[in-house]
Amino acid sequence: MILAAVNFQTLSDAVGLGAIYALMAVGIGLVFGVLRLVNFAYGQLVMAGAYTLAFTSAWPVPLSIAACFGVVVALSLAMETVVFRPLRGQSPAVMLVTTFAIAFLLQAIALIIDLRDDTLGEVAASITSLNEPISVGGVDIRKITLVSVAVAAFALLALALLLTRTTIGLHTRAAATDFRTARLLGVRANRVIALSVVLSGLLAAAVAVMMTVQFPLVSPDFALRDTIVVLVGVVVGGIDRLWTATLGGFTIGFVSGVLNGALPTDKTVYLPSAVFALVILVLLLRPAGLFAWGRRAAAERA
Amino acid sequence: MVELLGPSALVIAVGLVATTASLANQVYFMNALVSVAIVVAIYVFVGNSGVVSFGQISFVAVGAFAAGVITVPLESKKGVLTTLFPFLRDHTIGNVPSLLLAAGLGGVFAFLVGLPLMRLSGLAAGIATFAVLEITHNILREWTKIGPGATTLSLVPETTGPLQATLGALIVIAVAFAYQRSRLGRQLRASREDPLAARGVGVHVHRQRLWAFTLSGALAGLAGGLLVHQLGSITTEQVYLELTFLTLAMLVVGGLTSLWGAVVGALAISGLDSFLSQAEDGVHVLGVKLDLPAGTRLVFLASIMALVLILRPSGLTGGRELRLPRRA
Repeated sequence: MILAAVNFQTLSDAVGLGAIYALMAVGIGLVFGVLRLVNFAYGQLVMAGAYTLAFTSAWPVPLSIAACFGVVVALSLAMETVVFRPLRGQSPAVMLVTTFAIAFLLQAIALIIDLRDDTLGEVAASITSLNEPISVGGVDIRKITLVSVAVAAFALLALALLLTRTTIGLHTRAAATDFRTARLLGVRANRVIALSVVLSGLLAAAVAVMMTVQFPLVSPDFALRDTIVVLVGVVVGGIDRLWTATLGGFTIGFVSGVLNGALPTDKTVYLPSAVFALVILVLLLRPAGLFAWGRRAAAERA
Repeated sequence: MVELLGPSALVIAVGLVATTASLANQVYFMNALVSVAIVVAIYVFVGNSGVVSFGQISFVAVGAFAAGVITVPLESKKGVLTTLFPFLRDHTIGNVPSLLLAAGLGGVFAFLVGLPLMRLSGLAAGIATFAVLEITHNILREWTKIGPGATTLSLVPETTGPLQATLGALIVIAVAFAYQRSRLGRQLRASREDPLAARGVGVHVHRQRLWAFTLSGALAGLAGGLLVHQLGSITTEQVYLELTFLTLAMLVVGGLTSLWGAVVGALAISGLDSFLSQAEDGVHVLGVKLDLPAGTRLVFLASIMALVLILRPSGLTGGRELRLPRRA
């Protein structure tokens, strides 16, 4: 009985983590769709949002969250103009290494800002109340889990509507399928790219809020580990399509949540090795992605 | 021959300066020389094949820990490394054999990893080699039968002096040069420029990549051996993400596709890195006291790397080998 309850507890946390990772996967997948660029620095957008929350924790909560969204979207757009735009048309390797450098750059800047008060890490105190559990049928579900799942579901639905029901959404999907042909047919490249970058920034800000609630101590490597895991999930799921990428992100979040919760700590020391070995196996057997059928992989072409 | 002599002369010059420098400064020149060895080792695969690998530091790590663990003197080994396999605990070998062992292990490990992985390219290769780095780091950190685990490996004899560092870097450069001039190297470089055309004229791309990966692994293992004998103590964190970033930065800034670029990039970035890490502790430059906050070092390095990539994607050397100016 106890085991079953623990398992259900673990499952609810795992679903929450999966929802957050799914949102990050969409953020990465959107930009990849139009720019063919894997943004290694995506986690640093989340980190910047988390720092904004920490530094504004004296403000009223809605204002603090608004500031977080503002900073992250602005940073996302700045990244587009200063870094991604000059890189357009470069080889994927060059783009990947550049975003790698940007990730380190933002992290180092955060370190300098953080160390002004001579202690590493800032605490975002104001929004932690969401982390309190509520009891449902004897199982403690943290409020943030419900919020994460609701936000993720809402964001994905809104995004799906935007992409399928509006003209700009149609343009974005056309650009993601074949950028040059779409441009020839009159799709405005910069508008489509700006939309994707803003959307991916919004998602990063939402992720920043939800992760800061659970881990209020913000340090420069905030969300770094998660970004790596999500990137792996996205490529394993299939980066070529938004829904396979999202599913990949959710799956890897859910699986790592379940494994971390279910296994005792002394059994999890080699867990990263096992997970990454599995990743290599999937890449070898299904380079197009675990959930992608009948299409050549962008990962393979790139 | 200029292509070989240029980089070699540069390395020898750094080595000579290292012997005359004060003991406190010598460490910076040695760092630069070991960096050259690591970066050229990475270049052998990444530069010649055009496939980005985030995993070559795994082979540096394996080389460093192999050469380190096996050379700790017997009497201290029994005290500090008690959890080792008996054959590792009861044997100790000298400096040169340990370097050969490091190179051998690096090569074998790279061959085994490359056998399946070299079929991938592009993004999939990037993620897969990154996975190799994660797995290597995880195992080295947790398996205390083959090393110190998460604690520091110390008491390694510091046998990498200026002479050994210079010779090591020269050997790596010479091997890299010989390889890229060989039939195998040229076939791989052809496949970098145009995989389809190369395949069309009979180049076995998978096999050529595997050779380069294995050679690169062996050289990286050797460089790891040099590194551990220079530092005297090492942790798994020192041969992980930051070193991967730093060495990739060196290669990219110098120019991904040439040996000259790898050497120039390694020396330039490592010089800058040494200067900046001194500046973080406070240093006098031209009578002005420079005291930068911690983290400035990475800000500068990352900005330079990003700037070079955006403004001059082929690197400082343009990815070309050193040549004498032609007479008009």
